[in-house]
Formats: sequence, C-alpha cells, structure tokens
Amino acid sequence: MAVVFDRPKSLTDAKFHYCPGCHHGIIHRLVAEVLDELGLQDRTVGIAPVGCAVFAYDYFDVDCIEAAHGRAPAVATGVKRTRPDTIVFSYQGDGDLASIGMAEIVHAAARSENITVIFVNNAIYGMTGGQMAPTTLIGQKTTTSPLGRKSELTGYPIKVCELLATLPGATYLARTSVHDPKNVRQTKEAIKKAFQLQVEGKGFSLVEVLSACPTNWHMKPVQALDFIKNDMMNYFPLGQFKSPEEAK
Amino acid sequence: MSKVRVTFNEELCKGCELCKNACPKGIIEMAGYINAMGYHPAKLVNPQECVGCGFCALMCPDLVIKIEKEEIK
Amino acid sequence: MSKVLMKGNEVIGEAAIKAGCRYFFGYPITPQSELPEYLSRRLPEIGGVYLQAESEVAAINMVYGAAATGVRVMTSSSSPGISLKQEGISYIAGSELPCIIVNIMRGGPGLGGIQPSQSDYFQATRGGGHGDYYLIVLAPASVQEIADLVKKGFDLAEKYRNPVMILGDGMLGQMMEPVDFGVETSGDSFDKSWATTGKNGRKKSNIVNSLYLKPEELEVHNRELEKKYLEIKSKETMAESYLTKDAEIVVAAYGMTARIAKSAVDMAREEGIRAGVFRPITLWPYPEKELNAATVSAKGVLTVEMSLGQMVEDVKLSLNGRLPVEFYGRVGGMVPTARAIFEEIKRMSEKFGGVK
Repeated sequence: MAVVFDRPKSLTDAKFHYCPGCHHGIIHRLVAEVLDELGLQDRTVGIAPVGCAVFAYDYFDVDCIEAAHGRAPAVATGVKRTRPDTIVFSYQGDGDLASIGMAEIVHAAARSENITVIFVNNAIYGMTGGQMAPTTLIGQKTTTSPLGRKSELTGYPIKVCELLATLPGATYLARTSVHDPKNVRQTKEAIKKAFQLQVEGKGFSLVEVLSACPTNWHMKPVQALDFIKNDMMNYFPLGQFKSPEEAK
Repeated sequence: MSKVRVTFNEELCKGCELCKNACPKGIIEMAGYINAMGYHPAKLVNPQECVGCGFCALMCPDLVIKIEKEEIK
Repeated sequence: MSKVLMKGNEVIGEAAIKAGCRYFFGYPITPQSELPEYLSRRLPEIGGVYLQAESEVAAINMVYGAAATGVRVMTSSSSPGISLKQEGISYIAGSELPCIIVNIMRGGPGLGGIQPSQSDYFQATRGGGHGDYYLIVLAPASVQEIADLVKKGFDLAEKYRNPVMILGDGMLGQMMEPVDFGVETSGDSFDKSWATTGKNGRKKSNIVNSLYLKPEELEVHNRELEKKYLEIKSKETMAESYLTKDAEIVVAAYGMTARIAKSAVDMAREEGIRAGVFRPITLWPYPEKELNAATVSAKGVLTVEMSLGQMVEDVKLSLNGRLPVEFYGRVGGMVPTARAIFEEIKRMSEKFGGVK
C-alpha cells in the first residue's frame, strides 16, 4: 500500500496545542506540505508570531525565530538580507500583522522583501481570550466589543490584501479560506505559488487565509465553517489581489 | 479501481467533527468512548464504502488521518 | 596602518567594517546621522547591506533577525530612538544574540533636545527594556577609543552572546581626531552552531527564542543569564585612572566629561591640589574594584556627569560608604566647563582634604 496522505516531513511530531476545530493546524500542515514538495525544508527559516501560533517553532521542523508582537516581517528582513539563500517565511495572525505590526508588514511589502507571509485571519484575538481584532466584523461580538463591533467607535475591519495591493513592491497577494476541502486545496496552491515566487527571487508574497476560531467565536467547529463562508467571505472576498505579472 | 485504507490516530483527535462534516459518504462517526485528552475521537464506520477522496484528511487540523491506497489492476 | 583624520560618528562605521560587520539597519536621528550616511556609502562597496528601516522598532528587529543568522550586525540611534529599540533589545538579550547598538546620547526626557547629554546612563546600564538583563556598555572618550571599543565590542558580544552598547554623546560623534584602525578582525573564530540559517542537514532545528511559559524553565534560563552576567562582571571591567595614585579628590566621569575633568584636574594640580580622574570605560559591568583601587588615597569623590546624577549611584554603590561622594552635573545639552569642575574640586578639597 502506498501512503497518499500523512504528516509532512517539515512538521515535527509535536501534538498541536490548538483548540478543537482551530484551523491553525490545517494551515501549518499546508505550509509544511509545500516545503516538502518544493524541497525547501533544509534551507528554510520560519518566523513565529505572538498569538496562538507563538509555538509555531515547536511544530515546524525548520530553523525558527520567535519574533516580538507584529515584528515578524522586520525579523524576516534581517534574516533574508544577511542570508539571501535561505527561504524565509513569517506566520502571523490578524492582531499581530494588521494591528501592532501594520508598519512592518506594509514596509516589508513596499521594499518587496523576498519573503513569504502566511497571514491567518480569524477576525479575533485568540490567545488573549477573544478580544476585538482589526479584522473583527461589524456587529461581531468579542470580549471587548460585547454588544458587537460598532463602526462609530472602532471604525471598520482592515482588508489587508486590498491595502497592500496598492504597493508596487507587493508581488503576490491572495486571500483564501480553509472552510471546505476545495478551498483547502486552493489555499495550498496559493501557498505553493508564494514560496515558488520566493525561490525565483520575485519578491514579497502574502497569502491571507480566512480561518476559524470556534472557541472565541463561541461556535461549534462545524458551525464556524458557515461563519467563514457566509459572514467573513462576504466582507473579505477570496481571490488574487496581486499577481506577479501585474507587480510593479 | 483502488483499495483504500484510512487510519485514524485516535490519540491526536480533538473531536472537532470537521472530518465527519466533510465526508461525502457519511461514514465517519464520533466514538462513544473518549481518548486520553477527553475527546470522542472520529472513526470510520463503513470502511468498505470509502472512496479515498481524502476530504477528511484535508479538513483535519490535527493530522489524525493517514490514507493509503493500492491500485488494483 | 597609518592614522587618518575622521569624525567620531564615521569612525564607528569604519571600525565596524574593520571588525567584519557587513550589516547595518537603522533609522535617521540627530546627532548620529553621519554614521548611517557613511555606512550607506561604504557597505555596498564591500558587499554588505545597509538598510534604512521604517522605524527604530523595525530596525532593531531586523538586527534581531540578522544576529540570529550568526553575522556581525550593528544599529545606531540617539536617545528617543533608543527608547523605541528597547523592545527588540530585550528580545535580543533574552535570546542571547550578539550585536552592537550605538547610542549617541542627546538631552531628554521626551523629545528633549539635540545637544550632547549623558542622561541615558540608567537606561543603558540597567537593561533598559523589560526583564532581568544587562547590556555590556562601553563608553569611549576619544575617536581612537571608539575604533578600539567597536572592535572589542563585537568580540565581547560574540564571546558572551550578549548585546553590546556603545554609549557616546553628540560631542564625541561630531568631533574629528586622528585614528588608527589597526588590523582587521572577524567573527569567524566564534561558535555559530546555534545560528538559524536553515537546517542544512542538521538533525535538530535551531530555535532563537526568549519564551519560556513554564516558570520553572524561565527560572533556569534567568539563572543561566545570571551566571553569564556574573562572569562578565568578574572578567570584563575596564577603566582608566589619571593621577589618582596620591589624589585626595578623585573625579569620577566617563566619556567626554572625563576629558574635561582631566583639564580640571590639571588646573587643580597647578594649584597644588592633589586631584585625579577615574574614568570607567565599561559602564556595565561597572569597574568597582578599579574605582576602589583608584581612591585609596582619596578623601572624597566628585562625580561629574551631563545628567542630574545617574552614574553617581554606581560610584556610591562601589564605594559602599567608604568615602563621601558629591555630584556636579550640567543638563539639557549644556556641557560642564573645566573651570566649573575645578571649582568643585577646590571646594571639596577645602571640605575634605587634609593638606593644601
């Protein structure tokens, strides 16, 4: 019998600490599968964020650096500029990337740093207990928007791909989702393309993955899939926002 | 035609049911017992009906599922 | 090698290059901008990278990433910018990475001013950011010493895997003096097996990290850092003593202030007052033993700083009540004059001195 699906080599044997139905596990696996398929494990340096994925360095079987909250793109820049032959990726959540780390991500894209960013957007701060994120939807209840997010008070959720698409330096920007098998496959294709572009030296690539936080959304994991499909995708449309052909 | 073997590493399962939800054949159920983490693990109830689509494994966040195939000539 | 006439800020850059540093990440701020300007010209010439970051916060995190790959890397700023870098400095210290951070101090607090100051002494010598850690802090007093200490700083940083700060003031950065860079060095002899450069066939991945969620593990990490700090304290102190052997009044001062203090001491000697200067070169670890050795004949110690009195606390801690310690300082970018320091020496000599 031939094994057609199993744990990728670029993951360690460590059991994920994530909550049941959290999509970080799916996205970790996809990144690791891509590293395996492109043969990049041995030359990859991963940059872990602050947030639920803070222990990413325990799960990816590649050299890793733990960055301060939001600073992963700057840390990745430091690695890539000193060791251009390494493959560098940051793995960041929405609080990390779109709030405290907004300057770092915008400027990494503006410089067209030859790195890959995996941006996990679950519209909430997971690790700190479900507070409002820069991507929290209008009306969405969180522990710091208990009556639902109101635009009069906190403005509107940030669309990172659309925002970065205005920058000539951004080479590849795509938003995908992992709420069903078809979209999981498409997410993997996008991640693969992002890493492939880095291998080719094409510059900054980012894949925004809409993902579920059932615990802090107070939903069952299966019900959370519907929230992505019906609510998140309505505000955060899937698609490619910058292709290497249109870059610059 | 192919022969498929899908195995669940029950000790990794957190009982989120995303595999069960994704299975087009409806042949994944949650066990009546609990694993060491306290979750009802997912398991295949009618393996002979499995077509090896891999949807369950694609959706599993915890790498519980391993799929093996054998081509039958 | 022959001597060349160069500006202090540029010497920091050239000395770093001579020490094998090829990477610089910074953000412009007065009064140190000549340094990034110089390196933006020089580094590309020799295959290095100069990168202007979007902020001091980003710059120090680029340093963190670069240092993690095992290369010699430097950043520079001035007081308000150094405050912004504290987050990254704490991570670098916690992850035990080598690098050099230059602080060409200006007056504060807040936006303060752009004139020379020594008011970041506390921030530099007490860690500066959050957590229990220390930087090795080197305080040059001449352009030549800048060159020597930058070179030594890289070696210390790699030997102990600890960030090193070069602490100077605007005067030192702006002034021109002859300098001899000596032989070129590199970090090649230091162990880099910990560096995150990709596994490249290594069995276990390297992880650069300062997170230890289990208190038992963090305590072990903190204790290991403590052991390192104690070793640095016992081995790496540096100081200069000027005419202290028979001095009744010893002036303790560092950096440019120490040079002015020397002039004041010369004036005092001319008047028959036995005075000397004790100049710490390492501000952390503080040269406690050296200070005590330099004050065996002393009746009192005068600390002079361009601050409201920061190093004076280390002078007191080092002497531990053995001698009276007084303070004279100018602030806000004002520089103490040799005459004013001389007057203080004279006053103290009348107050504590036995013989005229």
